[in-house]
Amino acid sequence: MTPSQTPPGPTTPRAALVLGLRESIGLPVAVLAASFLGFGSLVAKTDLPLWLGLASTLTGWALPGQVALVEMAAVGSSVLVIALAVGMVNARLLPMTITLMPLLRAPGTRPWGLYAASHLIAVTSWIGLMQRGHRVPHALRLSYFFGFSLPLWAMSLVATAVGFHLAGAVPSAVSLGLVFLNPLYFLLVMCVDLRRRALLLSLMFGAVLGPLLHLLSPDWGLPATGLVGGTLAWLLARRGPPRDAPGHG
Amino acid sequence: MAEPSALYLILALAAAAVATYVWRALGVALGGRLGATAPVMDWIGCVAYALLAGLILRMILLPAGPLADTPALARVGAAGLAVAVFFATRRNVALGVVAGTTAFTLWLWIGGPVP
Repeated sequence: MTPSQTPPGPTTPRAALVLGLRESIGLPVAVLAASFLGFGSLVAKTDLPLWLGLASTLTGWALPGQVALVEMAAVGSSVLVIALAVGMVNARLLPMTITLMPLLRAPGTRPWGLYAASHLIAVTSWIGLMQRGHRVPHALRLSYFFGFSLPLWAMSLVATAVGFHLAGAVPSAVSLGLVFLNPLYFLLVMCVDLRRRALLLSLMFGAVLGPLLHLLSPDWGLPATGLVGGTLAWLLARRGPPRDAPGHG
Repeated sequence: MAEPSALYLILALAAAAVATYVWRALGVALGGRLGATAPVMDWIGCVAYALLAGLILRMILLPAGPLADTPALARVGAAGLAVAVFFATRRNVALGVVAGTTAFTLWLWIGGPVP
């Protein structure tokens, strides 16, 4: 679908919802579908039930935390450690949600609408709103956001189920390739941000500590990696040269 | 791998769901009061990044799940290729992922069936 001209902005909540629906169909849905195919395959290949994968996509819908959940449930980590690790890896949702609020909140917006919308904040829907939300009148942005994110969420559920069943139907090499897709995807998405020193250091410390601490304690290794590696990187970056100097790779 | 009990899975799932939604709700509550550029936000970003990097490297170097049956050289080689393609194509995430995943799949395919 290629919009030939800039259409006039929506004037009713319904029109904003429909605009969101139409704009989510395309690359955003395709990228998410591939990721959740991989997640569904991971669930199947880990010998976990389909309902766990679907419920995770339904209640969590933040893939790094979902992958962490499956990886940790597979080795039988304690529920407390799972909560800590998933909580830490998904803590990035806090700044994301905070930055979206001024865009979404208009005079008269009901709080429950915002709390419901916050469940649908994912990297894809966040970028979508940050990039395109400005064309939609302020009071209609919540409708636009629901229109944009609900198809993404629905597609994620479908792709989780398809990936799960695909894992048993295709050769092992293909389903393992799907499982490997998400670690690679996360790795490269993180590499996009490396101009920021603090994030570069976090990536390096995490990469070194992750396997090492896992050998020390398969249970506590991941939360410890996040806390120790992240805090060290944060402290070092604060002491270092002026941060965020643009133009350095 | 021992079959995990349904109760354990439900508890793990609920814990993960709460640990995820709490940040979203906090973001709505704090939105407008606490800036997204506050130092504590930087720290949160660093912890999340370090944990995710640790998880990824663990999945590549010491996988516990289904990837455990794949050759380490295939995982490391495919990840290296993905990163190389990413930087060679002006940081194109999609091309990097496609290259790495395809290489990994072909490696396993040619290397024979994996149990």
